[in-house]
Amino acid sequence: MWTFFHKLGSPPWLYQISGSILRWLLPMTVIALIAGATWGLLFTPADFRQGNSYRIIYIHVPAAVVALAGYYVMAIAGAVSLIWKMKMADVALKACAPIGAALTFIALVTGSIWGKPTWGTWWVWDARITSMLILLFLYLGIVALYEAYDNKAAAGKACAVLSLVGTVNIPIIYKSVDWWYSLHQPASIKFTGESTIDASMLYPLLFMIISFYALFACCLLMNMRAEILEREGRTTWVRALAEGKA
Amino acid sequence: MYFDSLEAAIQMDGHGVFVWAAYAITVAVLALILIAPRRRARRALRHAAAQARRAQSPTQAGASA
Repeated sequence: MWTFFHKLGSPPWLYQISGSILRWLLPMTVIALIAGATWGLLFTPADFRQGNSYRIIYIHVPAAVVALAGYYVMAIAGAVSLIWKMKMADVALKACAPIGAALTFIALVTGSIWGKPTWGTWWVWDARITSMLILLFLYLGIVALYEAYDNKAAAGKACAVLSLVGTVNIPIIYKSVDWWYSLHQPASIKFTGESTIDASMLYPLLFMIISFYALFACCLLMNMRAEILEREGRTTWVRALAEGKA
Repeated sequence: MYFDSLEAAIQMDGHGVFVWAAYAITVAVLALILIAPRRRARRALRHAAAQARRAQSPTQAGASA
């Protein structure tokens, strides 16, 4: 167990293992995303009330779900880097932020486009939309905070603290549809009890959610690899790697 | 397939412009976050290789600088 943690803290080991994971995970993810999108766009029935505009659900919901899950990953990485001063946790924290920002942005934009034909408006200050907008600013805030410091150790510490403080927003996003009942409907997919979504729509949706999780994992590893190479540029193993490729 | 024709799939009973726009924006953003780290990694490796060359031959580096 401890040797595993020890290895996890080793940049060359992490770089190598992530490379062999990405070699099969990345192509599989891209194929799954294309297949899932095709399934949702062309092979599912239309919604009886919303018609075809509901097809946006197959990107909107997965993006939002994984944007939230990504925040957990980031906050946990932040906690680990604060408590145990683990360098690779700091790398993971920094790698999460741009992916989370991109997914939150996708959730907001597709939601806005979905809102126009469904609710008749691009934007409302609905509780869930507002709390998702705050999530976007938290992610962007962490990206900006990293750039603002010259001292990268201090930047990492500040970002870890910000990521932990920002977790306050996460339960608010989850509960927003129940606390402030407005345009967003309460959750249709439930782990306990009957889901209120038909199987013909549920399966492609679950498939896309899993694909987006895999996408997050791929992007996280790729960002971490790039970050490792930048930080370890002066070490012998990176130089050997660089000269091998050049 | 749910739609009768390609035309119907593009139109989606008037919702096509919203649905396809949402998917197009998503594809663009996902492409960006998949390509950006690769470019960063490649640049970092190039940088490291240049540094390694300078370290190996300090006199040459001094002459060219």
